[in-house]
Amino acid sequence: MKKEIPLLITFVTGVIIVIAFFIPHQPFGRMQEKLLIWYSIVLGFTLLLGVDSLVRSNLTKISRRQPGWGYAVVLMAGFLICLVAGIASLVKYSSIIALNGPFMYVYTYIIVPLQATMFSLLAFFIASAAYRAFRARTLEASLLLLTAALVMIGRVPVGAEIWRGLPAIQDWIMEIPQMAAKRGIFIGIALGTIAMSLRVILGLERTYLS
Amino acid sequence: MTHIIGTWIAAGLTLAIFSFLYRDNPAYKFAEHLYVGVSAAFAVLYTWAFDIWPMLVDPIFRSRGVTSPVDRWILLIPAIFGLLMLARWFPKAAWLSRWSISLTVGIAAGLGIIGQIQGILLPQIQGTLLPLTTINNIILVVGVITTLIYFYFSAAHKGLIRVSARIGVVFIMASFGASFGYTVMARISLLIGRLNFLINDWLHLLR
Amino acid sequence: MKFLERMVNLDRRFIYLALVVVVALPLILKLVLPIRVSEPVREAYRSIEDLPSGSTVMVSIDYDASSEPELQPMLLSVLRHCFAKRHKVVLLGQWALGLPFGEIGLNKVSGEFNSRAQSSADSILYGRDFVNLGYRPGARALIVGLGREFRDFFSADYRGTPVDSLPLMRGVRNYNNIDLLVGLEAGQAGDEWIQFAGARYGLKIIIGGTGVIAPDMFHYLQAGQIKGLVGGLQGAAEYETLVRHHGTGVAGMVAQSTAHILILVFIVMGNIAYFVLKGRKKS
Repeated sequence: MKKEIPLLITFVTGVIIVIAFFIPHQPFGRMQEKLLIWYSIVLGFTLLLGVDSLVRSNLTKISRRQPGWGYAVVLMAGFLICLVAGIASLVKYSSIIALNGPFMYVYTYIIVPLQATMFSLLAFFIASAAYRAFRARTLEASLLLLTAALVMIGRVPVGAEIWRGLPAIQDWIMEIPQMAAKRGIFIGIALGTIAMSLRVILGLERTYLS
Repeated sequence: MTHIIGTWIAAGLTLAIFSFLYRDNPAYKFAEHLYVGVSAAFAVLYTWAFDIWPMLVDPIFRSRGVTSPVDRWILLIPAIFGLLMLARWFPKAAWLSRWSISLTVGIAAGLGIIGQIQGILLPQIQGTLLPLTTINNIILVVGVITTLIYFYFSAAHKGLIRVSARIGVVFIMASFGASFGYTVMARISLLIGRLNFLINDWLHLLR
Repeated sequence: MKFLERMVNLDRRFIYLALVVVVALPLILKLVLPIRVSEPVREAYRSIEDLPSGSTVMVSIDYDASSEPELQPMLLSVLRHCFAKRHKVVLLGQWALGLPFGEIGLNKVSGEFNSRAQSSADSILYGRDFVNLGYRPGARALIVGLGREFRDFFSADYRGTPVDSLPLMRGVRNYNNIDLLVGLEAGQAGDEWIQFAGARYGLKIIIGGTGVIAPDMFHYLQAGQIKGLVGGLQGAAEYETLVRHHGTGVAGMVAQSTAHILILVFIVMGNIAYFVLKGRKKS
């Protein structure tokens, strides 16, 4: 029963969702409406799953003074500061994202700089990779680099200053050959997704249960 | 005053992350762990404020947004499924979380079928049905067909299929090159954003 | 030979330094270049411009701090455009970490208009001219559900105010009451808006996307599934040019240009050194 009930749930919910698109009247329309709300509610709980293991493992690290426990203190301090700030904003302003609330202070001056800077490191890595790894070893690689060069220069204002025709070439590359290949790829992905979704609903694909 | 302190905190954290470019160091590790901690708290806050409270607690206990008792009490079902999701925390009861996962997977799969057919397959095929009266239309149609042929592995790539697949590779390389160019643009934009903050928002405080 | 070997094995920290210099200098010197507006951005602009005054525009914040430099300028420009045309704005988010940017944007732009307003009629007021519904998890389920009834997911706004008490929301029940969706996208949500809200319910959509996802939106544009596309920081700069309010988009384009040139120089230098060394080793 540990596997049969979940498979039954997947089958029933999947079939109702699909049928309701064709028969939006009662009872299928109402059932779909409820299932969509339930999906939204249940999905929210999944966010909490990772938090528990994170908090537990870091508290263990601190209590046992394992290597790097100082950073675990920093992690837990950040967790508590943000949590307290959020609760304070909720209590005082009825919203976490009230602009004058303490949570938005933490968001603006801690979360945003940290997240934005983490991702901006990628600019450096891409520059380093461009120098050390991007080699026109084959005809295909040369074609890729040539297209990349035309798009990179044609897209920015300096491209038009170098040669008036560059922006038009960039536009054409994006709207015709690039778009054609992407369409082919996305049609292929769509066919694969449909096949996989059918397999999941029919219980032929069970990897999500492990 | 709080804005000035906050700007200095933000600048300090930004430079701490950037210090990783020189080498891994305690300042970077401090910032990295702080980021993980605040993000985890964020997830908890959001789950409560934008999911559990408005979609469960408010409707069930304060009848907000529900039109009938059935609509109100039926919400106990997703509440139970949500709690079952958390059964993963307890090894002996972890198997119960499969019920919640199945619910979400089944709904997502059902939506996926309809979305892909109605939202991608049909409109995209329709967009490819173009009169072959202009060079661009010919290139477009040839590009889509040869790309699909390249990814068709159920037949050996010999003869006409091989030639078509080779043409498809040309289009695929063009699309990867274009994506690479745009990705470079995106990454550089992120760097521009941070340097903009440091130069204009932070350093102008020193002028 | 030694020089080429040193060139190929150049310490990457010199590469990082060069990148910082070519990006920082234009920002410090506040250099600006004329911005050419592309057709996809012009079509996005026209989609808002051609709506009758007082139309309802839904804006979806589907990004966070990692895409803020590209998409926040787009949000500000779209809001300025909408409020200048007296369109109503309904804002919601599908990325938890990004919703505050929507609130920041609404506060900033409405503040700009209110500082110039002569009367309440000219002002941009919460509840009457714009609403922030907040965030709900659910992605595609949310998108399909909103096609039937907004109140199934948003019985209250982000502050907990019942939506029926907000004048703007009294006339909004589902997509039939939304004239245009502006999706500001950093991930998959844009595809889901198009597949479900667009294909299923016929909602008119324009997409503002990061440079990473913009190339994946052109086939929707060609098929008519979206009415306009604003891609990357360049797209943000183009939209700022169209609404005649330069911001960080236009300000960043010279830095963007010099960085692109530097990357291309790196690629060429790396390839020259590689092939010359390879040729010499062969001989």
